[in-house]
Amino acid sequence: MVAGAGPGGVFVGRQRRLKSRNITVTFAPYHADMEAASPENAASGEARSVRIARLRARRDRLATRLIGLGGLTVIVAIVLIFFYLAYIVAPLFQPARATLRAEAPAPGDANQPPLFLSIEEQLEVVVRITADGLIRFSRLADGVPVEAAGNSQWSPGGLLLVEEAIEHNGLLAAAAEDGRVYLVRHDYEARYDGGVANRTIVPRIGFPYGQSPVMEIGDSEVAELALSESGNSLALAALDRAGMLHAWTGDRIENLLSGDVSLSGNVRRAGPFNGVTALALSGDHRALYLGYDDGRVQRLKLPNLEPAGEVGGQAAPVTAMTMLLGGISLLVGDAEGGITQMFPVPDAGGENMLRPIRRFSAGTAAIERIAVEPRRKGFAALDADQNLTLYHSTSERQLLHRSVAGLAPRSLSFSPRADALLMEGEDGALHLFSLDNDHPEVSFSSLWKKVWYENYDEPAHVWQSSAATRDFEPKFSLTPLLFGTVKAALYAMLFAIPLALMGAAYTACFMAPRLRRWVKPGIEVMAALPTVILGFLAGLWFAPFIERHLAGLFALLVVVPAGMLGFAWAWHRYGGRFAARIPAGFEPLVQIPALAVCVLLAFAVAEPMQYVFFGQDLSSWLTQVAGIEYDQRNALVVGCAMGFAIVPTIFTIAEDAMSGVPASLSNGSLALGATPWQTLLLVVLPTASPGIFSALMIGFGRAVGETMIVLMATGNTPIMDWNVFEGMRTLAANIAVEMPESEVHSTHYRILFLAALVLFVFTFAVNTVADVVRQSLRQRYGAL
Amino acid sequence: MESPSRNWWRSGAPWISLHGTAVAACILLAGGLLALIMVRGLAFFWPTQVQEIIYLEPDGVESRIVGQIHGVEHVDSGRLADEGSDAGTVIERVLVKTGNRDIAGQDFRLLRGDRILRQSAPLSLVALERLEWGVFFGQVVGLRSYGSLLPSSDVWADFQSMIGRARYLREEARELERGPIADINYRLEQLRLEERERELDGDPDPVAAAAAASERRALQERYRGLESQLLAIEEQLNRDHVIVRISRDASNDREMPLRSIIDAWRPNDMSLLSRFGHFFRKFGSFITDEPREANTEGGIYPALFGTVLMVLLMTVFVAPLGVVAGVYLTEYARQGLLTRFVRISVNNLAGVPSIVYGVFGLGFFVYTVGGGIDRLFYEEALPSPTFGTGGLLWASLTLALLTLPVVIVTTEEGLARIPRSLREASLALGATRWETLWRTVLPMASPAIMTGLILSIARAAGEVAPLMLVGVVKLAPSVPLDGNFPYLHLERKFMHLGFHIYDVGFQSPNIEAARPLVYATAFLLVAVIVLLNLAAIHVRNNLRERFRGVEV
Repeated sequence: MVAGAGPGGVFVGRQRRLKSRNITVTFAPYHADMEAASPENAASGEARSVRIARLRARRDRLATRLIGLGGLTVIVAIVLIFFYLAYIVAPLFQPARATLRAEAPAPGDANQPPLFLSIEEQLEVVVRITADGLIRFSRLADGVPVEAAGNSQWSPGGLLLVEEAIEHNGLLAAAAEDGRVYLVRHDYEARYDGGVANRTIVPRIGFPYGQSPVMEIGDSEVAELALSESGNSLALAALDRAGMLHAWTGDRIENLLSGDVSLSGNVRRAGPFNGVTALALSGDHRALYLGYDDGRVQRLKLPNLEPAGEVGGQAAPVTAMTMLLGGISLLVGDAEGGITQMFPVPDAGGENMLRPIRRFSAGTAAIERIAVEPRRKGFAALDADQNLTLYHSTSERQLLHRSVAGLAPRSLSFSPRADALLMEGEDGALHLFSLDNDHPEVSFSSLWKKVWYENYDEPAHVWQSSAATRDFEPKFSLTPLLFGTVKAALYAMLFAIPLALMGAAYTACFMAPRLRRWVKPGIEVMAALPTVILGFLAGLWFAPFIERHLAGLFALLVVVPAGMLGFAWAWHRYGGRFAARIPAGFEPLVQIPALAVCVLLAFAVAEPMQYVFFGQDLSSWLTQVAGIEYDQRNALVVGCAMGFAIVPTIFTIAEDAMSGVPASLSNGSLALGATPWQTLLLVVLPTASPGIFSALMIGFGRAVGETMIVLMATGNTPIMDWNVFEGMRTLAANIAVEMPESEVHSTHYRILFLAALVLFVFTFAVNTVADVVRQSLRQRYGAL
Repeated sequence: MESPSRNWWRSGAPWISLHGTAVAACILLAGGLLALIMVRGLAFFWPTQVQEIIYLEPDGVESRIVGQIHGVEHVDSGRLADEGSDAGTVIERVLVKTGNRDIAGQDFRLLRGDRILRQSAPLSLVALERLEWGVFFGQVVGLRSYGSLLPSSDVWADFQSMIGRARYLREEARELERGPIADINYRLEQLRLEERERELDGDPDPVAAAAAASERRALQERYRGLESQLLAIEEQLNRDHVIVRISRDASNDREMPLRSIIDAWRPNDMSLLSRFGHFFRKFGSFITDEPREANTEGGIYPALFGTVLMVLLMTVFVAPLGVVAGVYLTEYARQGLLTRFVRISVNNLAGVPSIVYGVFGLGFFVYTVGGGIDRLFYEEALPSPTFGTGGLLWASLTLALLTLPVVIVTTEEGLARIPRSLREASLALGATRWETLWRTVLPMASPAIMTGLILSIARAAGEVAPLMLVGVVKLAPSVPLDGNFPYLHLERKFMHLGFHIYDVGFQSPNIEAARPLVYATAFLLVAVIVLLNLAAIHVRNNLRERFRGVEV
């Protein structure tokens, strides 16, 4: 340092810095130094040293506090992961809540019960139709009438019934006293006059099918109505008091040039049907359902109204009937308080037959009204005891059950977003309940058990989180994903266990220390190889390779062990002087070329052999002759690639465990005359077995959570099949695929968080078990 | 005679030997994998010969195919349904990269080996690397400048100098776009945001508004000036054209603007030295160029830059936090049941799948924290999110969290290994606890801490799954580091080598053409990780050397 220390200033500066460093490290020399340097200033030196001591103490306290704070923060941050995941998942399993949001007088004559009552999307304007035939809108907040745009004074005269289309698109069928049925649409427009804050909702009355009646019943009065509109196709059914059915099916044709609308379709009539209490139309306009007072539900084919089977056996009379969103499922409420979901399922002959799927029941009083959510497969029911119950069909959940006896409701309807329920009491007052019901689709059974979905022939585990249509039934079964995860991990373990454990045993017990110093870090470097690279090689190189050389891969399983045993024997028997020159514990180096030869030999032999035995290559034979599905990116590819990825993990831990077995044990065994092989098998392995077990656990945990390899080396189809030649979709890959497209805080988003939580808890538990086992192993060695 | 082999068999030696085979297999697998990546990755840069193949088409017509042979495979003819042959015979198929996507509509052709009539490598064949439509194979027959044919004695040499000129002009235009024009756009966006902020504050400051308006006018004025410069360069770029020949005679000759040609070489007429020159030049441009053609061509500079920057940023987060937590757990926390529990938990967090951290990062960092920051500080930019979407900051924080357990655990192990006597000696000499820690314990533990950092860096550099959720994109418009204040843009999205491999290899429309590039990228990623590891190991060894005296 001193040599060539340049100008004095620099030198002095350095010296001082060094000195001050001394001060803080060892206090005593500094003190002595100070006193020696200036004895006359001892007093001021004393004061200074006190000041410095105080500074040091303060600095020490500060450091303690900062480190404590920092350490705790980091630990809390880590713990936060678990709680944050749980916090996002928790709302999935909460029941629905309903709170009274607003009350207002109903528009129009409060003494007349409403034939139709509904609220628009923003929960501001209510529409109500009564028997006098006028369509009235009013503001919910204060009950002030709102003028509608369009033909607001339209009225067909006295009305008997009003029914909304099952698609909830605002189209209404109104049956007048004179037997005519009209179609009218109510919709809403938000107008912004002067800024975003100043929104007014303007209702409109429209006539997409013209103002003239679509259907005329004749003399009898209409008793039941059903309406469905999909695209430009329309179905309208009415039952009159005499039991005659009138069904109109047809299309709406709009002249593109003039904009004129005409209808092409016709009315069919059939009957009489006696004892019918409810009517419903399927969304595809192919079936009409009749509910009877003896509990039967009959299916009629449209447009000809031919009977096509019925469901009987329910003693309780049908009291209410409606279609679930999508127009596939029929909800049948009965006099005993049950609601049965039915939909057509193909029978043995391929004919669609109506079938009861599941039954919901919250009481024994007759179901009076069923209201269906406009955008989800949920529904609400009111029974004769005035209990309001909220259900979801797919998840079979009863989300809410409360009495609304005080209101005596005579109507029930959902808001378009299903965030509110509107009821009108006997006294003519409107009650709007806010619904807090964000995730009805999820229940334990819908996540893990088989569910009978619409359009499925039988109950199944299905993961299908999204589709193009609005009335899609989301299928959130995590079971196929869990299955795929376990399948991938097991095949990976099948690949990794022999390689890693045998390798670890050799490295720990027989390898020369000089070689071991290179091999162990070398295999650990394998762990640093990014999995994205393994996945890419597996998907783009290995998968097509395997498809062409499948036979060679199977030949490896036979040729390599046999060939290597043969090589070992030849080495032992004929190696002679050359073999003697290779020191003990270096055999793997010699084996590498032999192994390479064996591998090449296996492929070279298997290629022509498969033509001899199968007449074509093995993977074609599998699909064409054996009838086994073969995907190019399959579990075999994943097993090899992911197995390769977890070899270093298992190897390292198992090797540590085996080399940690006290030498006295194995030496004792050898001294008693056991061969090295016996020592390994009977002494080292049993002693190290907890460590090996924890190595396997940790390897399995890693395979379960591996994402990129599975993502790239499988087709990511969520199927449940153990076939090694088919792919799978794992929990982790599913998150990676779907998370970026999932809407924040939607059910799908939370379920993906649930999948992450499952992965977290699983791997955490596995690792903890492995850790505890390893700790106990360490203690056992300590005792030896 | 039988007894030695029986003894050998009985002694269990064959099983031991099979265990040795497992080690050999591991080494062979790892080595083979690295060799595969290296060979395929580096072959991407090598100027492979271009073959002229006379091929008998299935309809009986002889055709001339020019291209590079990319591979030979043996396929069961039963698989080739279109060829109509019986199953059970093996057919050799040759994959030829024919290039000329603009003319042929495809890059590759699979030829049946038994239909190849003749094959040669004429010296005059040229490979052109172009801005679009991929590589071109053919012959250069003439040059055209200002619309008239250039009389030239050495077309190739003139062509090369023209390419050099075009490259220079392109570079100039690019500098103009990336430099001043980008700055102007950035400033204009800032002005818009400032205006919106004033509007949100309800503060109609006329002075500021006027200043902004005049600045905007000035900027637009400057922009017009730069635009005309750019146009002038464009015009210069359009000057030259090259005439290329595709078939044998002049019937199919085409003219190609030189502006779209990046590089030209004659792969059949190169010495070994010039081949190596080409190899290194291509490797250089791979590392420094932007990607083209939906990432399937060009370089990977932004991805490399993004990876390194993200890892560095992550290290900045994880190093102090991990060390502080490790120090707290060993040196300061009371060693009770709770600490033991925390220690086990931290240890086990290292085994939690990375995608779980990604999910947490997306939910907590991006939506909760980022969304909150946006509402508080970036209201003027809403509804387009600033921090409320994936970005560099959140990605590096997520990875920091992911690698935190590794650093904590290794720090703890390092600290625990230091003998108690050393601490006691330091304390006995009058040093405070902090001084003991800072001057004695930590320096001695630094090799272990460095090991932890190495492991975390190696893991972070190769981790892709969580990044897919918190900020990696397939194509980022600009790197997160530039000349505009605050220089390091933490909220920007970035590109990443690992994600690049996934995206180009599995999501790109032309996977066959992109495959060599994916291998090259994979090679680079492995190289980066190995380099990071080696550098850190070097540092660790140095530190170990320094503290060898005191270590026990």
